[in-house]
Amino acid sequence: MTAVDNGIQIVQSQSPLREAARAFRQSWAGMLGIVILILVILFTFVGPFIYTVDPFEIVWAPLTPPGMSEQAPLGTDYLGRDILAGLIHGGSATIYVGLVAGFITITIGILVGAFAGFYRGAVDELLMRITEFFQVLPALLFAMVLVTLFSPTIYVIAFAIGIVSWPTTARLTRAEFLRIRNLEYVNAARSIGARNQRIIWRVILPNALAPLIVAATLTVGIAILFEAGLSFLGLGDPNVFSWGLMIGAGREYILDGWWVVTLPGFMIFLTVLGFSLVGDGLNDAFNPKLRER
Amino acid sequence: MKMAFMVARRLLHAFLLILAVLVLNFLLIHMAPGDPADVIAGEMGGATEEMLADIRENYGLDKPVYVQLGVYLGRALQGDLGQSFFYNAPVLDLVAGRAGATILLVTTALLFAILVGTLLGVLASHKPKGIVSGLVTLISVVGYSAPIFWTGMMLVILFAWVYPIFPIANMYDITKGGGFFSRVIDILYHLVLPAITLGIVYLAQYARLTRASMLEILGSDYIRTARAKGVAEIRVYGHHALRNAILPVVTIAGLQFGSIISGAVLVETVFSWPGLGTLAFDAILARDYPTILGILFFSSVLVIVANLITDFVYRLVDPRIRKEG
Repeated sequence: MTAVDNGIQIVQSQSPLREAARAFRQSWAGMLGIVILILVILFTFVGPFIYTVDPFEIVWAPLTPPGMSEQAPLGTDYLGRDILAGLIHGGSATIYVGLVAGFITITIGILVGAFAGFYRGAVDELLMRITEFFQVLPALLFAMVLVTLFSPTIYVIAFAIGIVSWPTTARLTRAEFLRIRNLEYVNAARSIGARNQRIIWRVILPNALAPLIVAATLTVGIAILFEAGLSFLGLGDPNVFSWGLMIGAGREYILDGWWVVTLPGFMIFLTVLGFSLVGDGLNDAFNPKLRER
Repeated sequence: MKMAFMVARRLLHAFLLILAVLVLNFLLIHMAPGDPADVIAGEMGGATEEMLADIRENYGLDKPVYVQLGVYLGRALQGDLGQSFFYNAPVLDLVAGRAGATILLVTTALLFAILVGTLLGVLASHKPKGIVSGLVTLISVVGYSAPIFWTGMMLVILFAWVYPIFPIANMYDITKGGGFFSRVIDILYHLVLPAITLGIVYLAQYARLTRASMLEILGSDYIRTARAKGVAEIRVYGHHALRNAILPVVTIAGLQFGSIISGAVLVETVFSWPGLGTLAFDAILARDYPTILGILFFSSVLVIVANLITDFVYRLVDPRIRKEG
C-alpha cells in the first residue's frame, strides 16, 4: 500500500495474511462465494427457528405445485410433505457431513503427504503406492460398499467420503513438502537442532498451508456432492432429513412434479458453488502471480 | 528391448494393483459386522444353514485367515467372484453382461468431453476475454458445483416435458424391430442424454486446461518463430500449439477415469442405463454383497486398464517420453 505524505511516497509493508485478505476482497468470485455461503447458512441454521414446520409432517395433498397452497408455498412432495420445510431443515445435515468428511479428507491427506514428502525414500514409496491404490478405486462405488456393509449413519457416511477422497490432498501436500523441504529456512531450523517432528509441523506445514486451505475449501464442496450422491442412491441416513434424501425420495416422481427434485438440487448446487467460489477467491488471494489471468 | 522391459514392468504393476483390490475386498468381507459367510451369501435372510455351511467349506472359513485369503485370491483369479443369491447367477456373468453398456457410456462421454472441450479451449485461447472464454468459465463453474444426477434429472425434465426429442430412459427401444444397423442407431440415440450429462463436467475442465496451456504455449518462442516464417495461423494453432497443449488433457483424462465411473453410476441410475451402475444400485437395495464387491473389483480393473492405455497413448503423442523409455 502506498500513501503520499508531503510528496514523499511511503511504502507500508503489510503482513502476508493482510495482503491476502485484501486480495480476497478484490476477487469477485470470492466475495460472491462468501455472500452465497452466508445466505445458505442463514437459511439452514436460522431458518428452522422462523419456519417451524416439521419436514416429516404431511401438510397438504401430495405433489402440490409451488404457489398453489399457503400451507406449502413451494409445494409438497409425493407424500404431501412441505418442500420449503424440507429445504430449510435439510441443509444442516448435508453441510455437517460435508464439513466432517472434508476434515477427515484433509487430515489423512496432510498426514500421508507430509510424511511422504518429508522422509522420501522407502516411506515415500510405500505411502505413494497406497495413494495410487486408493486412486484406482472408483470413489463413489467404494463409498457405497462401505456404507452398505456398515450402517448408514451420518458418521459412517462422512468417514466413507473421507477415506475415498484423501489422495488428491496427499499428492498436493507431498508436492509442497518436496518443494519446501530444502529451502534455506528449513536448513536453518535443522542446523539449530530442531527435531524432525518440529520441522514437519512447525516449519514446513505453515508454509505449505496456502494451497491446502484452498484445497480444503474445495474438498468440503466435493464432500457435499458425495453425500448428495449417496443419499440419491438411497444410502443416506434415513433418520436425518437432508437435501440428498429429498432428491432420492423424489427421484421416481420427477415427471409428476419438477419441483420435488429441482429445488433441493438447486440448494446443493448453491452451497457447493459457494464453497468453490470461495476456493477460487482464496486461490487468487494466495497466488498474486496468477491474478492477472 | 527397453520398450519390452517397460511394458512388462507396467503390466506387473497393474497385476499387483488388481491383487491389492482383491485383498481389499477380502478385508471388507471380514471387517463387516456379522459372520463372513452371511456377507458372502448376501444378507437376504434366505441363506439356509446348509448354504452357509457350504460357503464355509468352499471358502475355508474355519481355517486361519491367511489360508482364507489364499483361497479367496485363488478363486477370484480363476474368475470366480462368487454367486449372487439375489440374481441366482455367478457374479462374473452378471458383471460381464453389464460392463459393455458402462464402457460404451463412459468412453462416449470421455471422447465427447475431450473433443468438444479441447475445441472450446482452443477457441477460448484465441480470444482470452471473448464470449467463448466466458462460456467455458460458466460451464465449468456450473458443471463443477451441480450434482451430476441433478443435471441429469434437469435434462430429463427438459427433454420429457419441454422438448421431447431425446429418449430419457433405457438403452434401446424393445418395441422397435429392424436389423443390426437400426439397433445401433437406436442405441446411439438413447446414448445422447446420458453421455452429455456425464461428459459436460469434464468438458469444461478440459476446455479450461486447454485454454491455459494454449495461452502459455502461444507465448513461447517457437510459436513466434513459426509465425515469423509465415506459417498460416490455423496451422500454428492446430499443428504447432495444440499438439503440445493436448498433453495435460490426456494425463488428466486418464487420471479421472475412476471418477468418471463414479459419475456413471449416478448417471445410469437417472437414465435407467443398463450398466454396472444400475446393477450396483439394485444390488445395494437387495443387500447383495457379492455382486456389489464384484462391481467394485471389476470397475477398479477397468480403471487400471484405462491407466495403462493412457500411459501408452501418452508415449505415442509425446516422443520425448518414448525416447526416455
